[in-house]
Amino acid sequence: MVEFKINGRKVQGEKGETILDVAKREGYDIPTLCYHEKLGSDGRCRLCIVEVQRGNRRRFVTSCLFPIENNIDVYIDSKDVILIRKTILELLLARCPGSEIIQHLAAEYDVTETRYTKDIDKGKCILCGQCIRTCESIVGVSALCMSGKGPAKKVTTPFDEPSDVCIGCGACAVVCPTGHIYIEDRGGYRTIWRKKFELARCPQCNRLHAPIEQLEFISKKTGVNIDELMICQNCK
Amino acid sequence: MELDQTKLDSIVERYNKDRSYMLAMFQDVQRLYRYLPKEAISYICKKLDIPFSKGYEVATFYKALSLKPRGKHTIHVCLGTACHLRGGPNILETFERELKIKTGETTSDGNFTIETVNCLGACALAPLVRVDEHDFGKATQAVAKKIINEFADGVRS
Amino acid sequence: MNMSLEQLDSITARYTNRMSYYTKIVRICCGTGCVSSGSLQVYEGLKKILEEKGLTETVLVKQTGCHGLCERGPIVVLGNDEILYQSVGKRNIEDDISALIDTISDNKIIERMLYQGEDKTKRYISPKDIPFYAGQDRIVLSLNGIIDAEDIEEYISLGGYRGLYKALLMEPAEIIDWIDKSGLRGRGGGGFPTGTKWRSCRNAPGEVKYVVANGDEGDPGAFMDRSLMEGNPHGVIEGMIIGGYAIGSNQGFIYVRDEYPLAVNRLIKAIESAREYGLLGKNIFDSGFDFDIKIFRGGGAFVCGESTALMSSIEGKSGEPRAKYIHTVEKGIWEKPTNLNNVETWACVPHIINKGWEWFASIGTPHSKGTKVFSLVGKVKNTGLIEVPMGITLREIIYDLGGGIQGNRRFKAVQTGGPSGGCIPEAYLEMPVDFDSLTRLGSMMGSGGMIVMDERNCMVDVAKYFLKFLVEESCGKCTPCREGVRRMYEIVDRICNGEGQRGDIHHLEELAHAISLGSLCGLGQSAPNPVLSTIKYFRDEYTIHIEEKRCPAGVCKALIRFIILPDKCTGCMRCSAECPAHCIKGDKKEVHVIDETLCIKCGNCYDVCRFDAVMIE
Repeated sequence: MVEFKINGRKVQGEKGETILDVAKREGYDIPTLCYHEKLGSDGRCRLCIVEVQRGNRRRFVTSCLFPIENNIDVYIDSKDVILIRKTILELLLARCPGSEIIQHLAAEYDVTETRYTKDIDKGKCILCGQCIRTCESIVGVSALCMSGKGPAKKVTTPFDEPSDVCIGCGACAVVCPTGHIYIEDRGGYRTIWRKKFELARCPQCNRLHAPIEQLEFISKKTGVNIDELMICQNCK
Repeated sequence: MELDQTKLDSIVERYNKDRSYMLAMFQDVQRLYRYLPKEAISYICKKLDIPFSKGYEVATFYKALSLKPRGKHTIHVCLGTACHLRGGPNILETFERELKIKTGETTSDGNFTIETVNCLGACALAPLVRVDEHDFGKATQAVAKKIINEFADGVRS
Repeated sequence: MNMSLEQLDSITARYTNRMSYYTKIVRICCGTGCVSSGSLQVYEGLKKILEEKGLTETVLVKQTGCHGLCERGPIVVLGNDEILYQSVGKRNIEDDISALIDTISDNKIIERMLYQGEDKTKRYISPKDIPFYAGQDRIVLSLNGIIDAEDIEEYISLGGYRGLYKALLMEPAEIIDWIDKSGLRGRGGGGFPTGTKWRSCRNAPGEVKYVVANGDEGDPGAFMDRSLMEGNPHGVIEGMIIGGYAIGSNQGFIYVRDEYPLAVNRLIKAIESAREYGLLGKNIFDSGFDFDIKIFRGGGAFVCGESTALMSSIEGKSGEPRAKYIHTVEKGIWEKPTNLNNVETWACVPHIINKGWEWFASIGTPHSKGTKVFSLVGKVKNTGLIEVPMGITLREIIYDLGGGIQGNRRFKAVQTGGPSGGCIPEAYLEMPVDFDSLTRLGSMMGSGGMIVMDERNCMVDVAKYFLKFLVEESCGKCTPCREGVRRMYEIVDRICNGEGQRGDIHHLEELAHAISLGSLCGLGQSAPNPVLSTIKYFRDEYTIHIEEKRCPAGVCKALIRFIILPDKCTGCMRCSAECPAHCIKGDKKEVHVIDETLCIKCGNCYDVCRFDAVMIE
């Protein structure tokens, strides 16, 4: 058992848990953007930063990654923590002026406008990396990656071209916190990451459901016959 | 682009097929072709059993790698602090003006590419210009013009 | 070869014997700086003449590594620090080589080639007399400029690898104890106690451990590590083997900047030699200890100098740093305990083992022991590398060793710590240079870069320069750095363009504070330092840029104009000939005029005018 305090109140957790794990369980509301329930985080957005005091030492750490320790004093909304959050949100407002989620989150911290010149080429992407991690670890094809570095960094497929390994499953679009990823099902086809996928038609109810390539991928991975997979989830 | 597979294979072998050395392999390919071709990235990723996207991520992260063909001679103008204080930016402007291209671009005859570099470690001789393997310390606008003449197409290999 | 103490002794005897046949030894510096000034041609030229004259049996010409006095290169030293010649071959290579032959054959000292003080009154014969060298305490750099970096036998003959021999007879815990007691702190910028780091790594659970030498010296203006790796690679290697033994690691990595091709070559050769001589590989000195080293070249990314980004790069990935809540000494490369130190830190280790921890601890200040190599560059008269005891003052460095400000101008500030550091003004010149005092002033010692600035440097421009650098080099992983540093740059850029607004300084301070607390790694956390320190000590300059739209130092192009003073202009036409924008009008002997609508502010006219007729307003 690890015992420590959050906002002056005594709490407990298991060794190996993060501050965020315990805080959520105890009902504290810490904002996150790049944290994923299953995949965890690699500390990109910095929104979940909290202040940790131990003795004289004061640190600012991302609660999604910091392992809990005995006798630390965690402050979830100290003056500096609020400044950090407001700054991040104001910066993101300028980067993704069209993102409703960011506007909403920013408003919770009384940030309604940004003093910086708004970008017009970043869409709603905040570079949280969840799409990349999902594609790599959950789907297993690694069609997406970061390219470049610094302000020019972006999420894309290699050479911004349609990816040979993308199966059109759309998991990336589902997991994206801001809805940046374009995905469209129309006329029997799905378009995502500049690639067009033919959608499978369920032999039972005639509904168009998943891309055929996705079903082929699953068939190869699991050994289940493709004809079985052609049947949509509703009819199963 | 026609790639010499045997040469690529030998590069991968040189590092024992160790994926830790992917950056080094890319740098060796670049020495061969004067840039890092897409097909080379793809081929090496296959040999190392790494997703193509990971190779692309590395290829675009490191400034030393160029995905676009570079000129026969790459002019690196150092913009480290000492060089910045001693006129490095003016030297850069001189090259851009004389060669009529911007930093990162290649002349239409394919002879020169201009790049900047953030400190070559010869700070006592600022401002510094490195052309291929040759360093020119205490460069001036006159030296810049001399370099262009010396390395002009066909003059020096 | 199986190395042993007897072997070391016999190699030493053999080498000393070989050297005794030579009556004269000529050392030509072939570090990157001197090579760019033509020292290789001097080397080849001299060898050729010596061959023609049949003197090669008695005269030995060697290539050595970087002295650190690059500005006066090519540097040639004759005998055992008997005569130092500067700028050899720069103006006329045949004449200078002839002159060298005269010195060699007839012991003639060629006055014009001697090192000259900046005041041009005195000439120095021996490097031991030159203030730039005399004021130094060269420990880590002791063999730089003396040995041929590619000759392991020379290194051995001068005491090399005896520290390793001694260490392998000690217990690992005892070695760590010595490093602890010596007070050695990391030389890469962090200043973390080395002994503590080694102990944590030794104690971390796991069989496989790694040691790493960080040679990714990216701070612009710093070239200490370059010189060390080029001039004495075995010094670093020996330190790493000792560290590996103490920590319990059998595999070392040296990560070298891609921009240092000569250093990479020297290290590769040194490792090959060390393997050949049984100093790397299995059962070193018959101790049962195995150790080997692999070299990794960087790819031109400054952020890879950050320890976790470096480790990511070694794993074959892009150089993105990671959170250090779990230290790399516990989980580093491939999740294995990894001990990373700067190359200069490793280079200190053999000396501590050879001469004892008490000796090292006797140098420096109570909390900063030993010596430190600094690169002193910028507007100072003597630029180059200096190794001095910790605790020396900024004034002593800049004025005694550095010779004061070029052109006898006024000192304005010294920038230390690279992009993570800050600018220190005149008021603090008495400050002792060590890990803690510079940090208290809002800067840091960093890896050792010291850039001296005078009244013609604009501090707002300096802040802008570092911000631009950091924007380009940011890895882009975390929001505060990727987004925040470029916005800081935008604000400072506006100020330099005469578009500063009231409230900009306060905005910068607030944004800087958030970035320093919120960023993931040291790059972002320290990115605000140049801005904050220049605001702290030169707030007036910012205010003048913002409110008066003026640049007092005459640097910010949007705020200056070039004017030709009619009463000084002689109509010599030099400026109009050099003007790339062709904006200077005037016939011969006529007062020239600059058309400001066409002027691109390149400063050429100012540089070439012999009559001080061009003014920057």
